Amino acid sequence: MRIFIYIVCSFIVITMAYWAYTENYTTQASIRRVEELNRLVADEKEAISILNAEWAYLNRPERLSNLADLNFIKLKLVPLAAQHFTELEVIPMSPRRSLVVSSPVLVSSDGGKQFP
Amino acid sequence: MRRKPLRPLAHIISARQNGKNPDFIEAKERSKRNQALQLKTRVRAENRLLVLGLIFIIGFSAIGGKMAMLASSSVQEVRQYNTGSKIINQRANIVDRNGNILATNMSTQALYAQPPLMIDPKKAADDIYKIFPDLDYERLAKNFGSDKRKFVWVKKSVSPEQQQLVHDLGEPGLLFGNREMRLYPNGKLAAHILGGTRFGEEGVRAAEIVGVGGVEKYFDKMLRDPALEGEPLKLSIDLTVQAATRQVLKDGMRLMNAKGASAILMDVNTGEIISLVSLPDFDPNNRPRAAILGDPSENPLFNRAAQGLYELGSTFKIFTAATSLEKGLVNPQTIIDTTPFRWNRKTYKDYKNYGLTNSVEDIIMKSSNVGTIRMALAAGTSAQKKTLKDLGFFEAVPVELGEASRTKPQIPKNWSDTSTITISFGHGISATPLHLATAYSIVANGGFRVKPTIKKIDFGNLSREQVISPKTSKQLISMLRRVVSEKDGTAKMAKVEGYEVAGKTGTAEKIKPTGGYYDDKVIATFASIFPASDPKYTLVVSLDEPEIEVYGKNRRTAGYTSVPVAAEIISRVAPILNLRPIVPNNKMTYTSISSQ
Repeated sequence: MRIFIYIVCSFIVITMAYWAYTENYTTQASIRRVEELNRLVADEKEAISILNAEWAYLNRPERLSNLADLNFIKLKLVPLAAQHFTELEVIPMSPRRSLVVSSPVLVSSDGGKQFP
Repeated sequence: MRRKPLRPLAHIISARQNGKNPDFIEAKERSKRNQALQLKTRVRAENRLLVLGLIFIIGFSAIGGKMAMLASSSVQEVRQYNTGSKIINQRANIVDRNGNILATNMSTQALYAQPPLMIDPKKAADDIYKIFPDLDYERLAKNFGSDKRKFVWVKKSVSPEQQQLVHDLGEPGLLFGNREMRLYPNGKLAAHILGGTRFGEEGVRAAEIVGVGGVEKYFDKMLRDPALEGEPLKLSIDLTVQAATRQVLKDGMRLMNAKGASAILMDVNTGEIISLVSLPDFDPNNRPRAAILGDPSENPLFNRAAQGLYELGSTFKIFTAATSLEKGLVNPQTIIDTTPFRWNRKTYKDYKNYGLTNSVEDIIMKSSNVGTIRMALAAGTSAQKKTLKDLGFFEAVPVELGEASRTKPQIPKNWSDTSTITISFGHGISATPLHLATAYSIVANGGFRVKPTIKKIDFGNLSREQVISPKTSKQLISMLRRVVSEKDGTAKMAKVEGYEVAGKTGTAEKIKPTGGYYDDKVIATFASIFPASDPKYTLVVSLDEPEIEVYGKNRRTAGYTSVPVAAEIISRVAPILNLRPIVPNNKMTYTSISSQ
C-alpha cells in the first residue's frame, strides 16, 4: 500500500513539474510574441506616419493647383466662385425613370431575403 | 607490527603431547589472520565508496542545481531594439481645422564618422564631398585625418538615396544614427504660423526637436508631452483658404509693386484665425537664420501680420465714430463741419475738399480727416482711450504666437489733445494688422470682446462680454458697407458679388527712421468684414509701399492697391468657406460648373 502511495505521489510531482515547466515556456514564448508584435505595430505606425506625410506632400495646395492648371483642357477646373452656388430647386434634375429589376439578388446578411 | 606465528611452538608441543594434529592449529591461525585482513579491506572499501559517493552527490547536485536555476529563470537574451520605431512620433503633428497635416515627423538618418575606424580617411573625405557638395571639404579632410578626433558629425539629416551612396563607399568609419526630422509638407504655405524647429540636445541615436518660432515654439511643451500620446494640435487655420489667400496676396503684391504684404482672415464670433499670411515668407523646412545685420522687419522671418507695428491710418476712423455713437453725441445722419481745422499752428485738411458739412456716415465713407477730428474732440480724450482699450489696442494681441505676445502697440505716453486729433484718424498710434482684425471683429460681431486664437475652438465656451452696444455695432457696419457700396466710397473696388463686403481703407505714410514721414512710401490697409448683413469674417489686407499706375497716374492709396487685392481674396475665399452668396430677390440662377 505504502509503495502504491509513493508511486502515485511521485507521478503527481512529475506531472506537476512538467506542467509548470511547459507553462513557463509558453509564457515566455507569448512574451516574445508580444514584443515582436509591438515592434511590428511600431513599424506599421512609422510606415503610416510616413505615408501620411507623403499624402500631405502630394496633396499640397500648390501642387494640386499646378496640376489643375496643367490639365485644364481635360478637366476645366476653375476656382470656386459665388456663381457656382445655386438653389436646389433651380438645378434641372434628370427625369425619373422607374427602375426595372431584371435579376433579383439574394442578400445573404439578411437571412437570404430576396429583393425586391 | 609484530606478526603472530602460524605455528606457535608451545601450542604444537602441547598438541603433540595430547595426540592431536598440530596442522589444525595452523589452519585455525591462518583463518584468524584471513578474517582480520578481510575486515580491514572491507572497511577501506567502504570508506572509498563513501568518498566516491560524496563526490558524485556534489557533482550531480551542482549540475542539477544549475539546471533547476536555468529552468526557473526566464531567458534574458541580448536583443536589438528597433530604435527608429521608438522615437518616431515623439513630437505631435500639427493639423489644420479639417485635419490636414501641416507639420509631421519623418525618420531620417544622421551621418557621423569615427576616424579611428577609417581605412582611408583622405579618400573618404573626397567621396563624401562628392555626395554632399554643400559640405566644407577642408573641415572634412582635417577632421577625418586627425588622430585626436574620435567622433565627427558629418551631416544632420541624410536622404535614403544619399544613405545608399554612402553605404556604397564601403568605408567602415562612416556610420548612421537614427533621427527624427520635422517635415512641413506644404512648404512656405503657413510659414509664419508654424515657425519652425531646430535640433536641440543631440545623441548618436536620437535628437531632440525644439520649436523656434510660431506655434512650434508656443506649444513646444504640449507637442512634446508624452502624456498626450501624440494627439495632434488642431489649428484654426484652413489649409485651402490659406493657400488661396497666399496665392492672391502674392500676385497682388507683385502687381502693386509692394515690398511686403500681410493678410489676416478672422472669424468674427470666435476670434479664430482662419488664415494668416505674411510676405515675403520662408520655408520652415529650411528655416533661415535670424539676420543679425539690417532691419529685422525686412527679414522673411518677420511676421508682418503679428509683429509689424504700423500706423494704420484711416481704418481707425470707424473707432472714432464708435466712440461718438456710444456716447450718444451723434447718429449716422448728424451733420458735422468739414472745413479745414486749425490746431496748434497746424492746419488739418482732407485729401480732397468734401464740402463744408457732411453727415457722420459720409465722413466715414469719404474718409474725411477733419470731420473725424471734430468728432474725436467732441467725445474727448478719455472716451477715445476707453474705446481703443476695449478694442485691444493697449495690449499685445493674446494670440498663441510668441511673436505676437512680444509685440506691444506703441501708444503715446502723454495723451495730449494733439494725440487725440492724430489718433482719431490713425496716426500717432502703431499697432499690428492683427490688432486691427481683432477690433474690426468686435465691431462686426455685435460688440462682443474677441480673443484671437490660432487653435481650433468649440463654439460653446465663448465669453460674451459686451464692449460696444449692438445698436452701435449695427450702425458702424452699415457705415462700413457704404464705404464699399456707394459711388463716392473709398473702397468701391471691393464690391464682390454675393458677399456684401463692408470695410474701411487706410493709407498711412511710413515713418522715416530719422523722424518725420516719407511722402512716397505708404502702408495701404483695407480692413473689411463680410457679409455685411450678418458678418462672419474679418479680412485685413496690408501692403507695404505699394505703387501702381492707374489712368496715367501713380497711385498708392489703399483704394487702388489693397482694396482690389482684398476683393479678390474675398471672392476666392468666401465660396470655400461655404458662405451662401446673397443674391438680390433671393433668386439664384443655374450655371454649369463644368463647361463640358
